[in-house]
Amino acid sequence: MTPEPAADDLKGTVLRILGGIAPEADLGTLRPDVSFRDQLDIDSMDFLNFVIALHEELKVDIPESDYPKLSSLNGCVAYLNAARGARSSIGSSPGSKPGQPGR
Amino acid sequence: MAEFLMPSLGADMSTGTLVAWHKKPGDPVTKGDVIAEVDTDKAVIEIEAFTTGVFEKVLVQTGTKVPVGTPLALIREESQPAAAPPKPETPSPSPAAGPSKRRGPTPAAQAAPVQATPEAGRLRISPSARQLAADLGVDPATVQGTGPEGAVTRRDIEQAATAKAKGQGRGAREVIGKPAVEPIAQGPSPGASAAEAGDRQVRMRQAIAAAMVRSKREIPHYYLSTTIDMSPALTWMQETNAKRPVSDRLLYGVLLIKAVALALREVPELNARWAEGQAVPSKDIHVGVAISLRQGGLVAPALHNTDDHSLEELMRMFRDLVKRARAGSLRGSELADPTITVTSLGEQGIETVFGVIYPPQVALVGFGKVVERPWVVEGKLMPRPVITATLSADHRVSDGHRGGLFLGAVERLLQEPGQL
Repeated sequence: MTPEPAADDLKGTVLRILGGIAPEADLGTLRPDVSFRDQLDIDSMDFLNFVIALHEELKVDIPESDYPKLSSLNGCVAYLNAARGARSSIGSSPGSKPGQPGR
Repeated sequence: MAEFLMPSLGADMSTGTLVAWHKKPGDPVTKGDVIAEVDTDKAVIEIEAFTTGVFEKVLVQTGTKVPVGTPLALIREESQPAAAPPKPETPSPSPAAGPSKRRGPTPAAQAAPVQATPEAGRLRISPSARQLAADLGVDPATVQGTGPEGAVTRRDIEQAATAKAKGQGRGAREVIGKPAVEPIAQGPSPGASAAEAGDRQVRMRQAIAAAMVRSKREIPHYYLSTTIDMSPALTWMQETNAKRPVSDRLLYGVLLIKAVALALREVPELNARWAEGQAVPSKDIHVGVAISLRQGGLVAPALHNTDDHSLEELMRMFRDLVKRARAGSLRGSELADPTITVTSLGEQGIETVFGVIYPPQVALVGFGKVVERPWVVEGKLMPRPVITATLSADHRVSDGHRGGLFLGAVERLLQEPGQL
């Protein structure tokens, strides 16, 4: 079983994915409590690609209704942490659906 | 023998630099194969073959900048026998090489006027013609002068601009003027330096400026606007997205694009190109989508045969197009083929955008931000998400009545998103 990433790793993962989507951005100055969209030039397509990358890398299912929770770096880490907890509690039984974090 | 020409990839392109050949003499070529890469003012573009056959001969070496319409290579088409034993490939020209070295011995090439490239500053052209050339995005050094002692006249410039418009697309055959070859040290690479990136920014701005000046000078725009209830479309999309894996989810922009494409079937005169003083309808609907580039500027490549694809297919195509546009790996056909452009500034919070038509197209559709507004439904006031749709259209080609029917069709189609 793959070990779950720690919060710091989650932050690093989020920043790395963001860096791939907005390579011109200086992520070192990103304010963690402020919306990505207010700090980076990202649009709906960029955000969808961001969610797809999170899903593929962390195996987290993110319903569209939860997108607002992913709007900032702090929000992302909190959401993904919760998703990790939800998955470890409900996602281990055979045949169960992927976790529905944040609901 | 078919000539593979430097294509015109939009009204804002007058020259291109050959960056790489993907084929060598003797290689089989299938229509649609990427056979070369060309650096325009906007990006490095992959250029596809327009015919099937055998790659016969290179006429222009990599690193060479030539005007739109210049033969780059010869392709022996499938039905043709080999004309002559293959000759050794022409060696790369040195910067001092004359332009005539790279001309193919075809009748078309011979018919095109070829003369020695004049030195900078010795071009015979009046200030008035030079200003006109700047306005129309024509490099006067690429135009064959017909005035006294070969002077370039205003008429020469106008004809060159018309020829350039005619030459849109892969089938371009017109050679605007003499080759005016300007070899450069080396073509830009994906790892271009900051200075090169800055230079591209300047050139992109100049290219956009030329196209927009031409549009505003030549095209009598008229503008229409309507507000569309997006509740059915957004509700349907949320419901369908809830059932989809994240990688298959739709963005509402795709619904807008598909609605535009289907509405064009009802009002086809907006799906055309202006050439030689008249509108030439397009049987295919290739919606160009305006994509802003991260380093500045924009491109509007085509989603080919937009009306024939499902929303799922269009979404995949759209994602791929945005990714490649921003990575600088678009194909020539995607830049040359759009028959109308759709732009949206909703992401920037803009509610209404009246766009400038991209010549030789004859219409542009704009969408703003989805906003909650009071809306009357069956006599009751309620909040609804609405979007402002606009049409900028060429009054030489269509009238407000037809434009209104088009926007009406877009609105109607968006009320039944499951049918898109």
